[in-house]
Amino acid sequence: MTIVPPADVLGYRIGPDYWWVILVKAVIIVLFLATAAAYSTYAERKVAAHIQLRIGPNRVGPIGLLQPAADAVKLLFKENVAPAGRDRLLYLIAPGFAAAAAIFAFAVIPVNGTQTVDGYQLHWDIAHLNVGLLYILAVTSLGVYAIFLGGWSANSKYSLLGALRSSAQLISYEMAVAFALMGAIILSQSLDLEQIVNAQHHVWFVLLQPLGFLLYYLGALAETNRLPFDLPEAETELVAGYHTEYSGMRFGFYFLGEYINMVTVSAIATTLFLGGWLPLPIIDRLWFIPGWIWFLGKVTLLIFVMMWVRWTLPRLRYDRLMNLGWKVMLPLGLLNIAITGAVVAVKAST
Amino acid sequence: MVIEIVKGMAFTLRQLFRKPITLQWPEEQKPAPARHRGRHILHRYDNGLERCIGCELCSGACPVGCIYVEPAENDPANPVSPGERYARRYEINLMRCIFCGYCAEACPTEAITLGPRFELADYRRERTVATKEDLLEAWPNFAAARGPNPRGAGADQRGQAARAPGVSPRLAWDEDELIRREGGERTVPGNAGLAPHVPSVAEPRHHKRDR
Repeated sequence: MTIVPPADVLGYRIGPDYWWVILVKAVIIVLFLATAAAYSTYAERKVAAHIQLRIGPNRVGPIGLLQPAADAVKLLFKENVAPAGRDRLLYLIAPGFAAAAAIFAFAVIPVNGTQTVDGYQLHWDIAHLNVGLLYILAVTSLGVYAIFLGGWSANSKYSLLGALRSSAQLISYEMAVAFALMGAIILSQSLDLEQIVNAQHHVWFVLLQPLGFLLYYLGALAETNRLPFDLPEAETELVAGYHTEYSGMRFGFYFLGEYINMVTVSAIATTLFLGGWLPLPIIDRLWFIPGWIWFLGKVTLLIFVMMWVRWTLPRLRYDRLMNLGWKVMLPLGLLNIAITGAVVAVKAST
Repeated sequence: MVIEIVKGMAFTLRQLFRKPITLQWPEEQKPAPARHRGRHILHRYDNGLERCIGCELCSGACPVGCIYVEPAENDPANPVSPGERYARRYEINLMRCIFCGYCAEACPTEAITLGPRFELADYRRERTVATKEDLLEAWPNFAAARGPNPRGAGADQRGQAARAPGVSPRLAWDEDELIRREGGERTVPGNAGLAPHVPSVAEPRHHKRDR
């Protein structure tokens, strides 16, 4: 570790950035994600309600907009009921893991293109990694630990069954997801997320990689434990799955993690397939809208589709889930890589 | 399978833009069905006389013993009801009532029916005993007394709460008082004269725990 002379503290850089710039960005991202997750729960309830011809929360604040705050207060004041035979340490840290693992991935997602402000390169991601995608694949796998540790440490059969299911599911779909992302890497010839977005300047990868996008999105639904792949917490079978024995704010952290995860996977899908912060390629006039608004708009759209799917499709049976993952999505992912690779190779040689 | 999924998604998307059918109770209310079995109403004749003649048949027919009637002789010069007697007290313990409507069936003068009101919750148990003044149709102007609540005849719940609690002790609730009045025997109000083939209903099983 480098020892920093006091006078130079503000000038110390981590990678290309000053450390305090990174700190500010990190705080902003965490606050943003927490808020986004809170309002995703609100949006989820509203979408669910309107699909079922109901109105949804509308009593706390105008059209219920303060509902997340009320929920947070409720969760904070609730008693933490903990099972007696639990593994105290793991039981305590697992929920934090759930939220943290979901936030980690956001460190490398470029919300906007790099801008030059007074000669300073302002990156819109926290860590400007040139292997960002690799980092994302590594870090999103950490979520399994939160789920499995939570389910294991509670010493309850429902928790354990949910955790086992969840682990199997996440590991199975991890493969399909990784293969689905490979097409984007081949097309952009880079693991750097910013370069991947820049490669979509003329045409978004969703048009070149429709299969890859579909596979990724399905895999993302499975990785975030959303319907139709919500087997880990299948209420009708497992009470609440891996977080059965959690209550109060500890449960809240799992909930938070799940919704942050939704934001994260949507952001990854946006970056890799929907052109990140880039406006619609055809209409040149839309460039005046700042990139981060485009980015957030696309993320919101994907989150909405997740909710829409949730309130339409029923849960898959477990063996079908596994069949879909290993026997359909994985081969399709491989096929996608083969075709993409072949086309790119042929184009390069001609 | 894909076609079905697309169909389903299209359907839910259409639903998203349809008007919700939610009724925003209590701001929005719809009239109860004509035969709704809500809280009871004590009716009057068109000339204002009470229909109830204090015969206690309703009390006898009640399977849970939630009706207490205290009859009194009519003053011939100024009668309350057309019969010999009228109900001086008429109380229904709504916590115990199962809204079966047997009281209305038993009534020889159609004095009691089950009405449209269903909002019967309260913060105090004593107030869940409806007294005669709660149940009786207002006179002379039914509609005016009914007020803005399109469903409710009789007193509104909030009006009930506004009255000082304990002004009129509700006997259907106060079991000690009832036992004293009926001769020291532990009985449920109104089970005197009950048909012999329904003995078990006179003493509900949860009765002792209630006290």
